[in-house]
Amino acid sequence: MAETTLAPPEVQAETLLDSNELVLNMGPQHPSTHGVLRVILKLDGETVLGTDCVIGYLHRGVEKIAENRTFQQFAPYVDRMDYVAAVSNGLGYCMAVEKLLDVEIPPRAQAVRVILTELNRIASHLLWLGTHALDIGAITPVFLCFREREEVLKIFENYCGARLTTHAFRIGGLQYETYDTFEKECLKFCDLMEQKLKEYHDLLTGNRIWVRRTKGVGILNAADCKDYGVTGPLIRAAGVEWDLRKAQPYCGYENYDFDIPTAETGDTFDRYMVRMEEMVQSCRIIRQAVDGLPEGPIKGKVGKVIKPPPGEAYVSIEAPKGELGYYVVSDGSLNPYRVRVRPPSFVNLGALDKMCRGSLVADVVAIIGTIDIVLGEVDR
Amino acid sequence: MPDTPNSDDKPRPTPSPRPPAAAGADRPARRPVPKKPAEMPCEPWEGDLPAALQDRFGDSLGRVVLLGGQKLLVADIAAAFEVLSCLKQEHGFDYLVDVTAVHWPDKPEQFEIVWTLYSYSSNERVRLKAGLAEGQLAPSVTALYSSANWLEREVYDMFGVEFKDHPDLRRILMPDEWEGFPLRKEYGIVQQDSDWVRENLKIESAQ
Repeated sequence: MAETTLAPPEVQAETLLDSNELVLNMGPQHPSTHGVLRVILKLDGETVLGTDCVIGYLHRGVEKIAENRTFQQFAPYVDRMDYVAAVSNGLGYCMAVEKLLDVEIPPRAQAVRVILTELNRIASHLLWLGTHALDIGAITPVFLCFREREEVLKIFENYCGARLTTHAFRIGGLQYETYDTFEKECLKFCDLMEQKLKEYHDLLTGNRIWVRRTKGVGILNAADCKDYGVTGPLIRAAGVEWDLRKAQPYCGYENYDFDIPTAETGDTFDRYMVRMEEMVQSCRIIRQAVDGLPEGPIKGKVGKVIKPPPGEAYVSIEAPKGELGYYVVSDGSLNPYRVRVRPPSFVNLGALDKMCRGSLVADVVAIIGTIDIVLGEVDR
Repeated sequence: MPDTPNSDDKPRPTPSPRPPAAAGADRPARRPVPKKPAEMPCEPWEGDLPAALQDRFGDSLGRVVLLGGQKLLVADIAAAFEVLSCLKQEHGFDYLVDVTAVHWPDKPEQFEIVWTLYSYSSNERVRLKAGLAEGQLAPSVTALYSSANWLEREVYDMFGVEFKDHPDLRRILMPDEWEGFPLRKEYGIVQQDSDWVRENLKIESAQ
């Protein structure tokens, strides 16, 4: 065998990597990528020089399916995008079609929609908190969070029979009337939640390890948030008091009294505090909605055959992860001509590179966790 | 249009008129069902912003309307970048919500590129649309908004629309070597790139 010799330096410079740089592949099978996200990291020692996301492993062509189903038939599919906040997905889609049809939704249906959506926001945030803390190394919160999330899922199960992909709403209102102890259980859950949130704060907020792992990590300031189109708790943590429920109220949110929690620096710790406070505000909204739950019909004047006039509408809601928009085009037939989903997870993930640059490789896990992505929604 | 079991769209035969109600029948007369309007309500959009845009862009701006209450601009594709740049820099539309496309195979300008913008300062949303023929390049707005990077990649991936001056125009959701653009209307719902599936998944069909 011939003796191995190194190529001359000028060839080495062209063919070999810079000896300080390392390309590290993370995922798609990695517990802290929350699904099948692959990130290619370019490192200099422990410092991240750049990232490249490879996504699409969970791409099911939801927008294509929409064009081949009727308006009603497509509604259950949207639950499979952000499957931890299926109720919000369904709300956005129903509202977009209702906008095309120009129908009025009865107040009772609106109030029940608000209650279920806010319960789902809490469930989504609980799942985020548990897994995010688990990624960073705190094992306990995930068990506590799943314990409380179970209570929300029980309410969903009692209401519509499903726990995760609920398909709770129908175009025009609701399919089911609430069950007998619905109001009581919602209020009971709010009591429980407010008490348990104190427990989470005790575990994490003052915890030195938690603070060291999250403070100053993955900073995204307000200007960058706007530039990257980042919404939801991320932009509120950067100090922008913007929430679609307040900015462009829908579903009767203008009738409820609640605050928009914000923070200043836009780091991982701030986003944690904002989401924790959002759960408190969601409880406040649920209490008001349950107390003032009006009587009356639960479905607006929508025919059995849904055939909106030719036209288009963009309707967006404040999903737990940010602005979730539906752009629906109708050509006057039974099937939508085009449904475009504007997914918050996908757009927020686009800012990952910006947030990771210059941070340590161990913080990449914390940053992916703090964006709160669901790959079903990123890939659709 | 593909055949789905429920796409049966034939008008139903009109039922024969009911016999006159017997005396004493307590059923109220059925109210006539109001006919749905054939089009979405569309009215001209008036105000400072549309006036300023019309002054500046003149004929390259088509419809300036409120479609179902939502602000909609239609522009020539050649002027689209200028309009977006003007909206961002002079009118404070600092958040690019979405970039997407709609495929109309029967129109001469097959693709309709749709930009949705939002202004944090005035709490306003505007949608801009521009038609694009097959083979024509769309302007990339990555220089104005960083969020356009991934959104434009997705439009390219799904429709095959190329964006001029995009820094990194690759597929994003589909595999890099995939042939065909799934959201075009001629692409079937069960269609796939058989060669790719055979080579990479080692199966005959992914369906």
